[in-house]
Amino acid sequence: MDAESLLLSLELASGSGQGLSPDRRASLLTSLLLVKRDYRYSRVLFWGRILGLVTDYYIAQGLIEDQLAPRKTLYSVNCMEWSLLPPATEEMVEQTSVVKGRFMGDPSHEYEHIEMQKVNEGDKVFEEEVVVRIKEETRLVSIIDQIDKAVAIIPRGALFKTPFGPIHVNRTFEGLSVSEAKKLSSYFHFREPIDLKNKTLLEKADLDPSLDFMDSLENDIPKGSWSIQMERGNALVVLRSLLWPGLTFYHTPGTKNCGYIYVGTGEKNIDLPFML
Amino acid sequence: MEDSTTQKQEKENQESGKEERPWGEITAASSQDLTGLSAPLESEQGPETGPQSRSSAPGSPQSRDSTPVGDLTGPGASSAPSPPEESSSSPLTRQGLEAPRQARETTSVIPEAERPHSDHLKPSSENGETTHQTCPSTGDAFPQFQQTNGHLYEPRDVSFSNSKQKELRFDIFQEEDSNSSYDPDEAEPEAAPSVLEIAVQNAKAYLLKTSSKSGLNLYDHLSEMLTKILDERPENAVDIIENISQEVKVAHFSKKLDTLQNEYEMLPTYEIAEKQKALFLQEHLEGADQELEDEIAGNSLPNIMESAFYFEQAGVGLGTDETYRVFLALKQLTDTHPIQRCRFWGKILGLEMNYIVAETELREGEDEEEMEEEDVTEERDNGDSESEEDDELPRSFYKAPQAIPKEESRTGANKYVYFVCNEPGRPWVKLPSVTPAQIVIARQIKKFFTGRLGTPIISYPPFPGNESNYLRAQIARISAGTHISPLGFYQFSEEEGEEEEEVEGGRDSFEENPDFEGIQVVDLVESLSNWVHHVQHILPQGRCNWFNPIQRSEEEEEDDDEEKEELDYIEQEVGPPLLTPISEDLEIQNIPPWTTRLSSNLIPQYAIAVLRSNLWPGAYAFCNGKKFENLYIGWGHKYSPDSYTPPVPPPVCQEYPSGPELTEVDDPSVEEEQAFRAAQEAAALPAEENEDTDEDEDDYD
Repeated sequence: MDAESLLLSLELASGSGQGLSPDRRASLLTSLLLVKRDYRYSRVLFWGRILGLVTDYYIAQGLIEDQLAPRKTLYSVNCMEWSLLPPATEEMVEQTSVVKGRFMGDPSHEYEHIEMQKVNEGDKVFEEEVVVRIKEETRLVSIIDQIDKAVAIIPRGALFKTPFGPIHVNRTFEGLSVSEAKKLSSYFHFREPIDLKNKTLLEKADLDPSLDFMDSLENDIPKGSWSIQMERGNALVVLRSLLWPGLTFYHTPGTKNCGYIYVGTGEKNIDLPFML
Repeated sequence: MEDSTTQKQEKENQESGKEERPWGEITAASSQDLTGLSAPLESEQGPETGPQSRSSAPGSPQSRDSTPVGDLTGPGASSAPSPPEESSSSPLTRQGLEAPRQARETTSVIPEAERPHSDHLKPSSENGETTHQTCPSTGDAFPQFQQTNGHLYEPRDVSFSNSKQKELRFDIFQEEDSNSSYDPDEAEPEAAPSVLEIAVQNAKAYLLKTSSKSGLNLYDHLSEMLTKILDERPENAVDIIENISQEVKVAHFSKKLDTLQNEYEMLPTYEIAEKQKALFLQEHLEGADQELEDEIAGNSLPNIMESAFYFEQAGVGLGTDETYRVFLALKQLTDTHPIQRCRFWGKILGLEMNYIVAETELREGEDEEEMEEEDVTEERDNGDSESEEDDELPRSFYKAPQAIPKEESRTGANKYVYFVCNEPGRPWVKLPSVTPAQIVIARQIKKFFTGRLGTPIISYPPFPGNESNYLRAQIARISAGTHISPLGFYQFSEEEGEEEEEVEGGRDSFEENPDFEGIQVVDLVESLSNWVHHVQHILPQGRCNWFNPIQRSEEEEEDDDEEKEELDYIEQEVGPPLLTPISEDLEIQNIPPWTTRLSSNLIPQYAIAVLRSNLWPGAYAFCNGKKFENLYIGWGHKYSPDSYTPPVPPPVCQEYPSGPELTEVDDPSVEEEQAFRAAQEAAALPAEENEDTDEDEDDYD
């Protein structure tokens, strides 16, 4: 959700019980403004929070003019002092995939993981136990990256591709209509397209190149990994990710108000097929 | 002449020498010119061109019908030939149009004076058409050029000076030069504007050409676009001009209003608003004579807003307006049902709809009807089993595991009655009471709620019931796990407690402690032992109070051996008793079951203690020293660091062991029979009377 319209967004997303206490709100409104100034972002998103056992991580993201450019991620435990996270690499994601369970809330906490490694000594091959230490900060980076790539979404038309290449916020976006808001196909993944290249020409035929340059949600695997609900009559559409429970996307049809927030433990719901 | 014009152009910092080039290049250059200039021009030109185009728009249909003369010149050089139209437009446009014209033609030009002039245009426009006909090759290029010219013309006309006009004029003279033998030098003072106007009119005529597909024309479209831009004033309009164009076009596809039958759409927005209106109007509906009842209802209604305020401090809650709607919905519930005590339990998220759950205690005289219904069903079951008794063949020895009866209402897991609704304002639905089997199965499955109570639950251990039963079972489990209160708030009621202690070894009722003095918030945060469970633990059996499944079997089968009883004897399941501190809760793989914190670190003296369950994500509790509340908002699932594992299939039954009952001896061989006969005969010799019976025995072998 945009840092500027944080209060309205929180009110809209509150249906899932995910809110912020007044002191957190006030401090976020203050500190995100400073973040925007210091890091010279054109837009700052309040991304959400990851619930730790001891403390919570508050996450914000800074965007530059090109909306799909790699985003900078910052975290804070007290909502005032923000630290920049390094960009996630595939290596990190792979390394931290062995860690299970909840976050502790201490960035310097180290998870210990015992791994079997093959050691060659001459002709003999030993299997040796190696203790791998993984910092929680690394795990945080990779989890945020995974969530961003999997479930960060944006309604169709909110962004548009300029003829020069970069992707900008569409000023004339007036929101989805109610009938469109009920379809998964009117929402896009807020990331560089992956599946789009694999589509056939026939499928691409109806696409509008200035709007349909991202992957649509309807092809997500498994099918049914989103819960789409119209709340308050039809005045508010809420999408909840079932794959990453805790991610809530809200949009008021007919207005520009849209955004997503993640409040959760930072764990993927791999039980999804059993639960549907 | 050519020299002089090029000099003028150089003054204007334009690309020089265009004129000498052939046609195609000129058009190309001028179109470049157009794109280059468009950005600054539009922003500058905004105010003037907008109203202008608006004022000319109503005139356009006329021009489409007849001649493109009179109105079409509107934005162009002599835009005021028709006084009535001019007078209808706003004063701003008049200024915008007249001021440049005065600068352009310094001589006194009065609108009336131009009228004959515009009349004079008509024949000349025919000339223009003839040129088209005579040389089609240039005719193709001509409208294009005119289009760009017309485009260029508007902005320049207003903002730039007189000389620019001449340059443009010259461009058109050039055309005329090449097409027909027209001498610009002679005609310039009088005939030049007419030729210019021809070009403008041609351009406009082209723009007004109606598309055969959509029925739109470019002129109207552009004017609508500019109107929209000027009305809405977007920043950096040039960047989004494509979208604006698209939107303007989309706006044309509006619904036709002259259909025979009006389309009546009942939007859900209005539907729910209508229902919620009833919540707000509730008080007026009730008469004043019901004050007594109101008082009772008022007592049973919890102060949700107060606890919502505290939960907001904790960062949990539904948002202000939704909380208030829930509040009103609860008021409606307490007014319409005989409810003694009510509490907002929480909200369970579903795939299609959510559940708002209210925890209530009913007054006397509640579920009798329901109980009767269930008795009837049980009797039916018994009847079915009895009818098969006469069968001779061995019947199945398998007996379904002892069905554990559900707890009476007001005790154990059925202590409270739960009402759910999908949205505040919709009707409340009472959930059925929970059975132990449902709880046991619910522990083994993990399903998302859909939001419709009648949905069947399809799971591997078959769930006895539909979603309403599953919801009830989850509510029971969550309540048992996460409803906590500060130490000392509740105490065992003395009379009842002692009695039950003798009988069951656990006390299951409590009352508020009148002498509760409050607990320091800091203590509540620092020590988990200051919090106690005030809902009974649910045993693995699925009940809160132990039910011995053997008891009934003893009664039924009194003849049974003593051995069997010993085998079947099950140790009583015992859980933590009521009011056990939560510090004794079990850990899940090194994860503490509760996280405590102060709601504010900055102002600790007024902060409240906030507890978050790690076992049931979404369950929260707060205490400000005196007051406390529990709330659950979430998916209704238990947390586990490991992924869900479906229960293992039940063991396969062993076959009957192969023993003497199953094996048969071989058929008697001939030797055996002969030996047997020999033995018989030997025996028959002494006693011949027994012969008959022996033979019979042979047959049996």
